[in-house]
This record gives sequence, structure tokens and C-alpha cells, in this order.
Amino acid sequence: MLSCKEVGELVSQGIDHKLTLREKVALKMHLFICKTCSCYDKQLQFIARSARRLMQSNKTGQGIPPLSQTAGARINSTIKQQLDDEQQQRPE
Amino acid sequence: MTSTEGRPATISDPATWVAQHGDALFRYALMKMRDSSQAEDMVQETFLAALKARHNFSGQSSEKTWLIGILKHKIIDHFRKHKREQNSDDIETLSEQLDQQFSPRGHWEITLTHWQDPDRAHENEAFWKVFSACITHLPDHLADLFILREIKELSTEEICKLLDISTTNNMWVMLSRARMRLRNCLDSRWFNQDNRKVR
Repeated sequence: MLSCKEVGELVSQGIDHKLTLREKVALKMHLFICKTCSCYDKQLQFIARSARRLMQSNKTGQGIPPLSQTAGARINSTIKQQLDDEQQQRPE
Repeated sequence: MTSTEGRPATISDPATWVAQHGDALFRYALMKMRDSSQAEDMVQETFLAALKARHNFSGQSSEKTWLIGILKHKIIDHFRKHKREQNSDDIETLSEQLDQQFSPRGHWEITLTHWQDPDRAHENEAFWKVFSACITHLPDHLADLFILREIKELSTEEICKLLDISTTNNMWVMLSRARMRLRNCLDSRWFNQDNRKVR
């Protein structure tokens, strides 16, 4: 029988990678009878959903935006400038 | 998950860097710095430093990992210059703190309150501020790890290399600690405040 502490660990690992069948069964059984762990499981799943939305959202306009086109263009031209300078300094 | 197979032994054309890596670098920088114009500056500085150092690129890690490594150091330098303390929570006290949530036999020592309809928070702009702040305030090694995992641009192995994590198992343990802390942070800063926040 898994302890709540071990279950907490497995709940988190289940977000990161596939659990073994044995782990999955032990986890399910524990969550079925333990209210606190099942609450913890729901909260971690919510955090995982939120993180996904935060980092990958741009359609919804929420969360962390990608690099803006203006900034991207500006950085790109700085890089090109630097490359041109290099070329002029040491022509191959 | 991004695959690292078939990566070129040599560095790609710098003119394509922004298109290839700009978003990943920017998102990492923004999560760490919480200011878009500062984050943009960091990304630019990173690319310029990489440009100078590109002939030393060894190809031991992917190009993206290499770039994020440079960015990570730039951000550390930036904070050092501006005397902002990084969240250098001692690793030992951190694991002790979290162990206190469980009894020696592994039972919960804290009471968890159910979060009512949590996904509704996603529609609330203020929630995202709190959530990002909770991530930024994780101890640095956990924040870096959590952010890089969620950006989903680097493989597990690349992240371990970049952050000096010795085994993937250590990485799962660290992520579990990060999530536990995020849970505690959201619990106190959002879910148990929600009703009181009528203004």
C-alpha cells in the first residue's frame, strides 16, 4: 500500500511521463479511498492544465505571448547588421 | 516533446535564429523577468553573444539548449547587476519544509481544501498574474526547471544537461516539489482569497 507522500510523488510523475501499469493501479486504488490525495491530484492536474495554457496560449491572448513581430524584426536586423560588420572586417 | 534527433553538427544560419528560437528564449526570459521589454533585450543580447561565440559551439547539446544556457547566464548577470536577489531558497530547507506536509509515515499533515470549479479562474486575467508570480517566486532551480519543461522545446535529457540535474529521477522529484509549492502558492494567493476579493 502506497503512503500519501508516495502518491503525491506519483501524481506529479504521471504528469511528466507514463506510469507503469502497476503504478497506475496502485495510484487509482489509493485515490479512490483517500479524499485528501484525490483532492491533491485534482489540484495538480489543474496546475498542469494552467501551465500548458500559460506557456502555449496565444490564440486566447492569455498567458505568455510569443516574441512580438516588431521585436523579432528588430532583433533580426541587429543580427544581420552584426553579420555584415563581420564580413566587412574579414572578407573570406 | 521536441525531438533532438537529426540535429546538425554545425550551427545554423544566424539569420534564422529568431524564427527558430526567438519564442522559446523570449518565453523563458519573460517568465524570469516579468517585463517584456527587458526580456526582449535579454533575447537580443543572447543572440549577439551567441554570434560572437558561435565558432566555439561544440554541438554537445542542441543549438537551442546552448542558446538558452547563454540566456540563463545573462539573466543571472542582470539580476546581479541590479542587486535583485534571486530566489536562492536553500535546497535543504526546501525539502524539509515540504516533508513537514507529511508525517514520518507519509500521511498528510496539512488539510487540503477543495478548489471549487478551478478552471473558471482561467477566464480571469488576475489569475494569470498570480499564477506567473507563483512560478517566478519558486526557488531558482525549480523555476528554471518548471519553465523549461512547460515551454516544451527541450528534451528531458537536454534540460538535465542544462540545469546540471544528474538523473531524470532527480528531475521528477524536483518537479514534484515545484508543483507542491505552486499548489500551496495558488491555494493561499488565489483560491482561499477568491471570495474576499470583491472590490
